[in-house]
Amino acid sequence: MTIIKRGLAALAAGALSTALAAPASAEPVKFDFWFGLSGDLARVVDTLCKNFNASQSDYEVVCTSQGNYDATLQNTIAAFRAGKQPTVVQVYDVGTATMMLSGAYKPADKLMEENGYKIDYSDFFPGIARYYATSKGEMLSFPFNSSTALMYWNKDAFAKIGKTEAPKTWEDVGADVKALKDAGYDCPMAINISGNESWQLMEQFSAIHNQPIATKNNGYDGLDARLEMNKTTFVQYVTDLKKWYDDGLIKIKSKDLGQDMVQAFATGTCQVIMTSVGDHGTVGKTQKEGMNWDVAELPVYAGTERKNSLVGGASLWVLSGKSEAEYKGAAAFLNFIHDPKTALFWSTNTGYIPVTKSGFEYMKSSGFYDKAPYKGREVAIASLTASEPTEITRGIRLGNFTQIRAEFGTQMQAIFANKESVQDGIDALVKNGDAILDRFQQTYPNKTLP
Amino acid sequence: MEKRVTFGKWTIGILFAVPQLILIFTFFYWPAGQAVYWSLTLQQPWGGGNIWVGLDNFRSILANADYWNSITASLVFAGISTGLAMLIALVLATLTDRQLAGSRLYRVVLIWPYGIAAPALAMAFRFILAPEAGFMAAVNKVWPGFWDPGLNGADAMASVIIAFSWKYVGYNFIFFLAALQAIPRSLIEAAAMDGSGVIRRFWDIQFPLITPTIFFLLVINITESFQDSFGIVDIMTAGGPANATNLMVYKIYSDGFKGLDYSGAAAQSIILMLLIIVLTIFQFRFIERRVHYR
Repeated sequence: MTIIKRGLAALAAGALSTALAAPASAEPVKFDFWFGLSGDLARVVDTLCKNFNASQSDYEVVCTSQGNYDATLQNTIAAFRAGKQPTVVQVYDVGTATMMLSGAYKPADKLMEENGYKIDYSDFFPGIARYYATSKGEMLSFPFNSSTALMYWNKDAFAKIGKTEAPKTWEDVGADVKALKDAGYDCPMAINISGNESWQLMEQFSAIHNQPIATKNNGYDGLDARLEMNKTTFVQYVTDLKKWYDDGLIKIKSKDLGQDMVQAFATGTCQVIMTSVGDHGTVGKTQKEGMNWDVAELPVYAGTERKNSLVGGASLWVLSGKSEAEYKGAAAFLNFIHDPKTALFWSTNTGYIPVTKSGFEYMKSSGFYDKAPYKGREVAIASLTASEPTEITRGIRLGNFTQIRAEFGTQMQAIFANKESVQDGIDALVKNGDAILDRFQQTYPNKTLP
Repeated sequence: MEKRVTFGKWTIGILFAVPQLILIFTFFYWPAGQAVYWSLTLQQPWGGGNIWVGLDNFRSILANADYWNSITASLVFAGISTGLAMLIALVLATLTDRQLAGSRLYRVVLIWPYGIAAPALAMAFRFILAPEAGFMAAVNKVWPGFWDPGLNGADAMASVIIAFSWKYVGYNFIFFLAALQAIPRSLIEAAAMDGSGVIRRFWDIQFPLITPTIFFLLVINITESFQDSFGIVDIMTAGGPANATNLMVYKIYSDGFKGLDYSGAAAQSIILMLLIIVLTIFQFRFIERRVHYR
């Protein structure tokens, strides 16, 4: 009996001592981070998370890929409604308006302040910060993976037509693709016209030319903004693209047809494409042996004063309804990502650009942009900082913008299949897009964008 | 006198039924009721609140030309793909039933397509039918511009119909073959001895005897073509070009989950449900009359 009693006492003492010892060797506070990248990029995020966990012992971030941006937002909404949301979530650029009205977040700038982190918000590139900031300039989320659109051009092909520089104006592009065609190139330039390409064809184009997509400063000043790209230079642009397509100077390339734009460029099939700087690495890795190519800023129409291009990508939101300890962890995580060294790691392993001036300077000083595979990516920064953001070029703040993009794809397909004239197609885009905006506004009565 | 096993108390009977009732309630009536409620309100996606709007969602959907286009596309898709899948399966099953050389192999092989998940199948067909890289590239070499699902709506519709039919040929085949093999051999042999040929025997004996199966498959195929087409459309065309393949079920998905318009999507699914109910009633009312169960 006594032996058992003693044994029990010893056990109890043991249990007590471990319980007492626990706070000293504190279990790290775990919190969830959901993101929308997959494949290679997801592996880089995983490494980033490991680095964060290794850099300190108080917090442990659990990073889970949800496959893509759409799914991440959908899953987060479902989780939020069930009270099981992650602490930090990556939301894509066009989801910003939806997030701002959700009432489901903790403002990132407040979070950092409460937890004693001093962030110099003027250090963010203004073109990037303004896209995610409120109309008053508060940062509700932190920019994470960022890119912008560039023109990729094949130097070998342009050498054949006696050019050593990329075209700077759309007039030059018209002449160059004609010359390339005459020189025997079957596909001088490739575009795609699904909803996704709204980004480079409509949004970037409009920003660079300082043309509005919607009233109320692209939606920043109220939910009653409505589309107006049927009255801007954009109509001229689509008319030109369509004409070049009809003349065989532009080909449509997409995965459904067999080869997407980036593959078509990397294999040397097509000589000019417009896509994200994020594809810079892919082109470098998959290009035809010995092919000479470079990137340039997107062209403008002659006589246009170039403005900054828009940022694309996603930002990190901290959701409401979590514990103080988790918020401390989230703040530490955001601070870690904000570090210039992390920027270097992130940009080296992905095609994304640094989001802060200090990150960019740090990368420049470490010689990142001098070496072969990364050389050229600084053009993206030049494009983003071409001017101070204007009321129109700071971004697009429209509800359900994903659906408007889908509508863009639909109307472009109708235009290119000769079902509609250019003006009719873009008018239809405005009409259907406005119905989407109407609906969004009705869903949030008495609410205003922060 | 017939001897019946009965429960002493009616409560025991109810108790046995309860698990089933709970299942049906949780997985059918509850979500369906929720969908009806959502379709009558405007839901904020993050759950911040909703507004009662009555039938406004239905009105705005039915006033939208794109939605009617989507209904037409769905009906075209359902009609052609059901016809194709059933006809091909019936021919194959009849041939297999005749014990032609290699019929044992066909019997196994033809069932496989149904076992392939829609997205995987769609991926394969996307490659096969790609105008620049796949099998159709060869055809396009001979007749340039013949096949262009990227811009030509009819070509895109044909691609999704081919992919969907290919999958359901396997499913229909199993049922047709089972039905054909259930027909007593003696009937067919007797007809053969009377001098009737293969085609005659098919129309006079086999076809009338398998009408219950044909009817069953018709109902299932039409219902499935409204619902199961989602994965194929998503991978192959994403509803394009210019909404040519934006079937009802795909539109529900893209409006609801991509557009976060839960109320509009709920209203659309109610309409889809009603449409399927009406179609099924129609089939039972008018086509089943011609079915001989014995």
